[in-house]
This record gives sequence, C-alpha cells and structure tokens, in this order.
Amino acid sequence: MQVRAQIAMVMNLDKCIGCHTCSVTCKNVWTNRRGTEYMWFNDVETKPGVGYPKQWENQERWKGGWELKGGKLRLKAGGRLRKFATLFFNPELPTLDDYYEPWTYDYETLTTAPTSKHQPVAQPESQVTGRPLDLQWGPNWEDDLAGAPEHARLDPNLRDGVEEQVRLEYEKAFMFYLPRICEHCLNPSCVASCPSGAMYKRVEDGIVLVDQEQCRSWRMCVSGCPYKKVYFNWSTGKAEKCTLCYPRIEAGQPTICSETCVGKIRYLGVVLYDADRVQEAASVADEKDLLPAQLSLFLDPDDPEVREQARRDGIAEDWLDAARRSPVYALAVKHRVALPLHPEYRTLPMVWYVPPLSPVMSLVEGPGSEADPDDVFPAIDELRIPIEYLANMLTAGDPEPVRVSLRRLAAMRGWTREKNLGVDPDPALAAAVGMEPREIDAMFRLLAVAKYDERYVIPQTHGEIGLSPYARQGACGLDFEGGPGSCGALEKAKDPFGAEPLAAPGDGRGGGSNVAFLDFRKAT
Amino acid sequence: MSRADTFFWVLLPYVTLTSFVVGHVWRYRRDGFTWTARSTQLLERRLLLVGSYAFHLGILGVIGGHILGILIPNGWTDAIGVSHDLYHWVAIVAGGAAGVLLSLGAIVLVYRRLKIDRIRATTLRSDWVMYPLLLVTILLGMLCTFVGGLVDEYDYRETVSPWFRSIFTLQPKGNLMVDAPFVYQAHVTIAWLLYAVWPFTRLVHVWSVPVGYLARSPIVYRAKRGATRTALR
Repeated sequence: MQVRAQIAMVMNLDKCIGCHTCSVTCKNVWTNRRGTEYMWFNDVETKPGVGYPKQWENQERWKGGWELKGGKLRLKAGGRLRKFATLFFNPELPTLDDYYEPWTYDYETLTTAPTSKHQPVAQPESQVTGRPLDLQWGPNWEDDLAGAPEHARLDPNLRDGVEEQVRLEYEKAFMFYLPRICEHCLNPSCVASCPSGAMYKRVEDGIVLVDQEQCRSWRMCVSGCPYKKVYFNWSTGKAEKCTLCYPRIEAGQPTICSETCVGKIRYLGVVLYDADRVQEAASVADEKDLLPAQLSLFLDPDDPEVREQARRDGIAEDWLDAARRSPVYALAVKHRVALPLHPEYRTLPMVWYVPPLSPVMSLVEGPGSEADPDDVFPAIDELRIPIEYLANMLTAGDPEPVRVSLRRLAAMRGWTREKNLGVDPDPALAAAVGMEPREIDAMFRLLAVAKYDERYVIPQTHGEIGLSPYARQGACGLDFEGGPGSCGALEKAKDPFGAEPLAAPGDGRGGGSNVAFLDFRKAT
Repeated sequence: MSRADTFFWVLLPYVTLTSFVVGHVWRYRRDGFTWTARSTQLLERRLLLVGSYAFHLGILGVIGGHILGILIPNGWTDAIGVSHDLYHWVAIVAGGAAGVLLSLGAIVLVYRRLKIDRIRATTLRSDWVMYPLLLVTILLGMLCTFVGGLVDEYDYRETVSPWFRSIFTLQPKGNLMVDAPFVYQAHVTIAWLLYAVWPFTRLVHVWSVPVGYLARSPIVYRAKRGATRTALR
C-alpha cells in the first residue's frame, strides 16, 4: 500500500440550475486570452445533447482514454509507435469547428456608421481570422435542449434502447445540466499520451497540469483525453487545460468555479488512495466493475493503519485531518450517492456527480405535490429513460448504483419532510435504503444545508517543502497574451522576428508590457 | 579565389554555423515557451494531412540522400563496390522520388499558409522569412538532382561534397566550389541562409523528436519535494 492524497470534486446535479456562472468566472480567470477564446476549462452542457466539443463521448470516433486489449491496459488511440507515426498528423484531433469558431462583433460600426434610415448592425467576426463569420455553432448552442430535435439524437449516451424511449416520450422531455471540468484522473490518459513528458500529475494533490515550457505541440493529449478537457492554444501552439485553480487550492481556497457556484452544488475535499493498485483497478475486465474497483482504491481516513502508512508516505497531519472531514469521501464512499463520469474510459476520474432526482420527481409528482416514497421508489425503477441514460453516463451502463443513489436521495427528501412537519420519521424509511437515521441526517446537512466550510475542506499546500514562493513572485500572470508560460521572456521573444503574427486579428490588446515579472530561473 | 568566392564558400558557412549553434543555445535557454512545432491542425486538417505527411516523409528521404551523397566520401562507396553508375541512378531515382514528395508537401503547406485564412492568421514573421528560404532551397535542390543528374551531368561528389566536409575539418577548400554549376552554388547558399535563421523559427521542433517517450513510464508524476517519486509502472 502506498498512500497518496488527491483533491477531488463532487457536483450535485440535482441542484445545478444551468446558470453558467462557473463557466463565466472560470473563463474570466483562465481563458480570456488570444488563442484560448474557444476554450472552456469549465463548461455546462444540457443533457441529452451532443456536448462540447460535439460528441465528445463518442470514443469510437475520438479514441480517447484506455481500453483493455488482451487483458492489458493500453491507450485506445494506440501505443507509442502509433504516436510516432501520427506526429505529423493526428487523425483523432478535433478541429476548431468541433468546438466552435470564436467570434466577436464589429462594434465599431455602431459608432462610426453614417446617419441612415436603419440602425447599423454589428456583424459577427471571427476572433481567429478577423473576417465576418456566418454563425453556425457556438458555446451552449444547445442550451436547455435548443435544437434538440435535430441534435440531441446524436448524444452518445442515447444507446442500448434508451434512444427508442426518448423518442416515444419526447412530450415528457427530460433534461438536466452537466457541468464539466478536467477530471484530474488517477490514471490520466492525456499524461500517458504526451510524447514530450510535458504533462504530469502532481504527487501532493493529484492535480494534472501541462508544463508550458516542455510542450512541443504534438497534441496527443487533446485526443488522448476522453473528456476532451485538454485544449490546444492555436496562438501559442501549446496545450492548456483546467488547472483545478491550483494557486487557490494551494492556499486552501476552492476553485473559482466552486467559489462562485450559485446553487452551491460543488464539493471539494481530500481523498486518500492506494497508488500501488491504480493500474490494477483500471484493468478490471468488466466495465461495470470499474466503479467498485475505483471505490476500492479509496482508503478510509479513519482507519489507523491507513493513517500510519499515510504518515510514512509523507502525507502531513493536517491533510489526514482534512481527509477525515472530506465531503467528497462522504458522498462518494460513505453515502454512495456520487458517481464518476464515464468510468468505462478507465482513467479513474476524480470529479464525481450526484445524479439528478429532479427528472424523476417532476414526472411522478407534478408541481407542488409531495414526494411520497411509496410513489417515488417504484417510479425510480420504472422510469427507464433517466435511469439507463444516467447509467450510460455514470456507471458504464449498470443501473443499480444509479438506482441506489436516487433511492437514497428520495428517501432523504421524505425523511426530512417528516421531520420538518414535526413527525418522527419512520426508521424503516432509512432502513429501506440501507442507511442509518444519523447517516441520512448527515447527508441532508451536506447536500441541502451545505455550509461553506463543510463543502470545501481543502488543506493548504505545504509550501515549506517546495520552491520559495518569493522567488516566483509575479512570475506567471495570465493577464497578457500567450500565458501561462515563461511569461517574462515571452513578451520579448514570442517570435524572434517580432512579437505579433503578421495577420493578427485586431483584438487591440497586444502583448501587454506592464507586467512586472521576476525570472525565477535566475532567482533560484 | 575572388573576394566574393571567399565570402560565399568560406565566410558564409562559418557565419551560418555560428548563428546555428549560438542561436539554438540562446533560444532554448531564454525561451523554452516558444520552442514548439506550432501545429495548426486544430485550424485545418484536410490539406495538412497531405502536405504534412508528404513533406515530412520526403524530408526524411532527402536527409538520408544528403548523408549518402555529401557526408560519405566517394572512396567509401567505391570500397564496398558501389559503381559510379549505380550510385548515380540510385541518387536520381530514390533521391528524385523523395524530392518530388518533399516538393509536393512543401507546395501544399505553403499554399495552405497563404490561402487558408485561419492559417494565415497564425503565421509568424519568422515564417515569412523561413518558408521562402525553405521552398527555394528545395526547388533548387530538385534542379540539382534533375538538371545536374540528367541534362548536364555533374559529379558533385568530387567538388561540393569534399568542400562541405572540409568546412567541418576547419580546412575550408573554397576553391572546389568556384567552378560548380550555378544551381549547386545557389542551392547551398540559400540553404546556408536557411540554417542561419533556423534557430529563430518553428524549425527548432526538429530537435524535439520525443525519443524519450519510447522508454518512459506512461504516467508522469512530479513532486514538489526534490526528486520525483517513481511512477506506478
């Protein structure tokens, strides 16, 4: 056993209202630079829908993640030799059109147009070429099922008979929101795909990052990630991805998407896992066993033996403490209500989801009615559409864990309603879903009351073991084009013949020269 | 040798080599961030598929041909029983084929860069210097192969090759180049210019062929604390 700590996330889909605040704050912090306009480290998709980029879940097309071949785990897109054969052209790389071509509007026309009979119009123009753009697709093009009759059928989760049901029941259309960030997997296929060794997983907190100095533009990570959460900066020629806001995490703060979440749906906490068994867990034969296999990797932070080994493996006491209070461990392991996204990709993802009960409830209840478990439980079992659709997304097609999760959520509602009405809830209700009354209360507190410091239990990084932060002061801002990278040098030598591409579209920002920087390579 | 001859056949090679070596060291140390192939596949894939494969496979063949014809002395191939005729025809057929593939690829890539708006938008100033030099070098090389090989036969292995090798032994025999046909002179001169600007262009990616990937463990871990923990497998 080798104990490692990982900062993991759970999102409660039942409470996501699809407001996109997470996406917008993330974008304002990380991807509002040239070359990153089309990137959404965090995006919110309406399901069913094709997603972003289009059909990212279709691994027959994109060949992301891992597969089991002859009992051995290998990259679905092929091994090392194939990587070399496709360095010149990566057949599985999405193009910009699979995401969307970013655009702005010709606002100048509005102020400079001569007086005329009609109002002037600001035409959309591409942020890549600066030319007028005929808009065909964009971010959240299918928000709230927009265009669903045309597009939603292309959702790769609509398979195994589920697509039939969806067609038949379309008047009772169901939908929910799926916010997505990088999964910071235990077995990251993007890292394994990178020929340069520029991508890495941090030992201390499990965050997966791209070393901007070492990235050589081979773009295998983009296709290797089955979640399509590594993006290619077309301006710098480097890969970029969600950083789990590591500067904030290191300081014990939640990521910006979590911090600003209106519905308080996100949870961040430490999970201890057995690093020696990662490959074994990712290699189980049956895809449906991947969820139990991953759960078996997670170590009980209350177990003295685990704590002893964790100390030997260099995990600090405050991290062990945080692991005991971890909301992620509670929701995923103790209460079993959180499930991983597409475990069949075999990357062992570390952003888990509490499935939404709402589509079920709205069908059973109608607005304003009561959630009587006697009605809800059979409904959960009978409603094949949401259950199997959710199973295709969260459990490699096994409906049982989804059912358990939804039943527990329904039981929690009934239980708490009784309490609110001053009635002593029947312990049989808790027993029916295999929980103790106090467990239901604890789950209710975590999911519904959701206090800030219970949702986010993030121990600070031990700065004393690394590079002095003073040496890095100001070294890596993102407020100018081309970052993150060797920021200071970048300003002067982006292109030794001149700082700007010749046909640069006029975003008017240029290479911002007012960034104070300190070259930490010299300083250390 | 005239002053011009000394400039082209003695001075220029050394100026170029200095720029090449010092330029690479400078760029790598100063600026790892821009050391990249700057792929544009995200923006356009159809033309790139043809252009990139043709160019890269072609250039590998052409590099092999240059090693054979320029770096390996006449005497060595004679010694293993390769006749002059055999060498000549191998050079023309194999070299010509690789060259045609390379030229085709280069033309497609240059066309793509000029005509596809998205690619043009990501074109750097260094590209506007590098691409013309590259294209002209390749086309002059093709002329050398076909004109010097078929039309007006010229044995560069007696002149150009020993001159090139003499540069690296620091005994430059510039006089060997004085009477070489113009296409050969032009080919090597433009090539020197290409090498001189090489460290300042996207061509630096050539030195980043990820050979380490073949031996590396799949998952890379990095630790704050000194040495990286060993990977899982």
